[in-house]
Amino acid sequence: MTPRTTTRSRPPAGPGLTSRGTGFGGLLRAEWTKFRSVRGWVIGMILSALLMFFIGVFAAANANIGCQINGGPPKSGKACLPYIPHGPGGEIVSDSFFFVHQPLTGNGSITARVTALTGEHADLTGGPVQVGSGYMVPGLASWAKAGIIIKQGTHQGSAYAAVMVTGSNGIRMQYNYTGDRAGMPGNVSAAHPRWLRLTRSGDAITGYDSADGSHWTRVSTVQLTGLPATVQVGMFATSPDYTLTQNSFGGSSNNGGPAQATGVLDHVSLTGAAPGGTWTGTAIGGGGPVGQTRAQAQGQPGFGDTHGTFTVTGSGDIAPVTPGPGSGYPTVTVEQSLAGAFLGLIAIVVVAAMFFTAEYRRGLIRVTLAATPRRGAVLAAKAVVIGAVAFVTGLIASVISIALGVPKEEKQGLVLLTVPALTEVRVIVGTAAVLAVAAVFAVALGAVLRRSAAAITVAVVTVVLPFLLAGLNIVSPGVGAWLLRLTPTAGLAIQQSIPRYSQVTTVLSPVRGYYPLSPYAGFAVLCLWAAAALGLAFVLLRRRDA
Amino acid sequence: MSAAAQAQPAATLSTRVRRGSTLRCALQAEWTKLRTVSGPAWLLIGAAALTVAVSTAAVGATRCPQGMTCPVDTTKLSLTGVQFGQAVVAILAVLAISNEYSTGMIRVTLAAMPRRYAVLAAKAILVTALVLVAGAVGVFGSVLAGHLILPGHGFTAARGFHPVWLSFGPALRAASGSVLYLALISLLSLGVAVVIRDSAVAIGTVLALLYLFPILLAFIGNEHWQHRLERWTPTVAGLTIQDTSGLRGLAITPWAGLGVLALWAVGALLAGGLTFRLRDA
Repeated sequence: MTPRTTTRSRPPAGPGLTSRGTGFGGLLRAEWTKFRSVRGWVIGMILSALLMFFIGVFAAANANIGCQINGGPPKSGKACLPYIPHGPGGEIVSDSFFFVHQPLTGNGSITARVTALTGEHADLTGGPVQVGSGYMVPGLASWAKAGIIIKQGTHQGSAYAAVMVTGSNGIRMQYNYTGDRAGMPGNVSAAHPRWLRLTRSGDAITGYDSADGSHWTRVSTVQLTGLPATVQVGMFATSPDYTLTQNSFGGSSNNGGPAQATGVLDHVSLTGAAPGGTWTGTAIGGGGPVGQTRAQAQGQPGFGDTHGTFTVTGSGDIAPVTPGPGSGYPTVTVEQSLAGAFLGLIAIVVVAAMFFTAEYRRGLIRVTLAATPRRGAVLAAKAVVIGAVAFVTGLIASVISIALGVPKEEKQGLVLLTVPALTEVRVIVGTAAVLAVAAVFAVALGAVLRRSAAAITVAVVTVVLPFLLAGLNIVSPGVGAWLLRLTPTAGLAIQQSIPRYSQVTTVLSPVRGYYPLSPYAGFAVLCLWAAAALGLAFVLLRRRDA
Repeated sequence: MSAAAQAQPAATLSTRVRRGSTLRCALQAEWTKLRTVSGPAWLLIGAAALTVAVSTAAVGATRCPQGMTCPVDTTKLSLTGVQFGQAVVAILAVLAISNEYSTGMIRVTLAAMPRRYAVLAAKAILVTALVLVAGAVGVFGSVLAGHLILPGHGFTAARGFHPVWLSFGPALRAASGSVLYLALISLLSLGVAVVIRDSAVAIGTVLALLYLFPILLAFIGNEHWQHRLERWTPTVAGLTIQDTSGLRGLAITPWAGLGVLALWAVGALLAGGLTFRLRDA
């Protein structure tokens, strides 16, 4: 029975149907009856939910955290975690740096000139890293930073705004951990010093930069809501861990080590209510120097003041904590409890493809089309039924996985990167929606290819394989990113709960929860694929003999 | 068309049963079935072509710039395509049996050849032989691509990279092992397909079996479970046969890893054989 293309006239648009009182609703009921009366498909859907749940909780339940603090008894789980600061936005943040500060009451400003930014990091090339015993080599992390800052107080996680020079990202104005605005490009040096200024006016903080101290450019103005009358103002320096990422076949290796940055600032001037106070040095969050450093050798830990020239050395970061190495905590994201979505996806795609191909295999399609000559409506009814079933299955599995997986992770001492409630809803409902759209994609493929083996292979290969290729670095990162933009796998971007912050160096891998497209753009790509497959199925279904 | 065309050789076979051994007749029958439809031939060509194409792409996209240390296992990189060729090989093996169930052909087959173990053995032998040939072509093409392209991308002997060629012992082991790997994957898939019978479900299961564990491994943080998965899952353990550097860091030695895959294949075939023998067709 070879498929023939016949130029058949369009079947009469079902007057018989309406007379029998069964419109699209009746069609939906017919397809629903077909679905629920095949035991294998119902089992397949239940299996899909169970697999999602078990893989998610299994992946979650396997942290293995132990520690021993200062020679004390060995501990495990939550007891190992240090104090974890939360930023003004509620997210978990890193807040460690060396702060040279004095109080400022009311409105005012600080101006300083930066003449140098240098750094050292643990020797990554060989031997075990031994912090504090001299294994430091020169090298500046790209997001090492030094500059001036206005901060609510000296406690970790408090609100701030700062302008700074960075290792290789030019001048930046950053505020409240997540905000980042670019200023003047280029690196600082003695020949090319950078002038920085911050002014406070109520809750508004404005940052300026200048190359010569007389021509100033406004970088940005930010609102720090609820800033108290008296704030701490001063100079700071810090450097995130120096990371060396090598992408190679089968995975990427990350070498990271503690690093520190030293900024040299002069021409420091304050205006406001209490100028002329004394400078105090504080290592916020233990963010002082890490190794045997220039500053320590000179007997000036943290900072030095030589006739108005300040040398500030610090380590750590002032930034949001992101998934992956380098954050200093064993972090976990909400969507990691949904890792089982892959297996659920395979099961659902199999059922969805069979939902159409089974009609061809048993010859049922001829009965179906005799009963409902409007072929497009049949396709639509099938898509709606399987999409709805997949959505409900996915929603139940996602909710249970997160409800059980996340507390388990936290109990084991993993730091959950908390996200706003709406984001969490988007991750959960989005996962269910991905399963639903993938099911529609598969049912359309089934209608196009008519053979279950072919339809399932195409669906699994296009939906699951790109993740494997990109996530496990089997292809180069550039190719992998394009696969995650163009293939149906892009839809999984809707699971990404932590946005990508440009001011933090991270490993951009889907395994770490990063996708190249934004959540909704990625989901739109999957929807486009499903729509294209449905369109093709619609045309072919009408043109081919059954 | 298949049912009508293939009932013919089965009928002539029954007259020959007395002359040859059962297995030889079964082999001949299965060979006729496989070569008279176009699907298996295309799948075999596809498996070899996909293996070579993906390997060439992987090799072509990898460079080692001057002054960088590149922790790349050049042999394993050249054999990347095997990870994709295995999907095609698995589908071929699944369809070799499940197509018979979907067309009802299985009843004709078993009427003509009531010894079910012989039927399954004949299928296994033929599929293995065909996959060995296609796998050898694909793997050799991949090695050739690595041999020709990689030195031009900075992976030279002067910088301490072994040549990707069969004269280098570990590379020979990796290449020949990869061919065996593909054959074992086809046997595993065949066994699963006999148990499941339905082509769609069998393909879904086999693809999940092939690709799920590597994904799972990426998500799991616990070192004990990582170690267990690396040692005991069919594809992760089996593909250690491709490793030529950093062997000490592996969870399982290359040949033992291939042995684990062999255990999976034997297990699947035993389960398949038993259900094939005991169930109605």
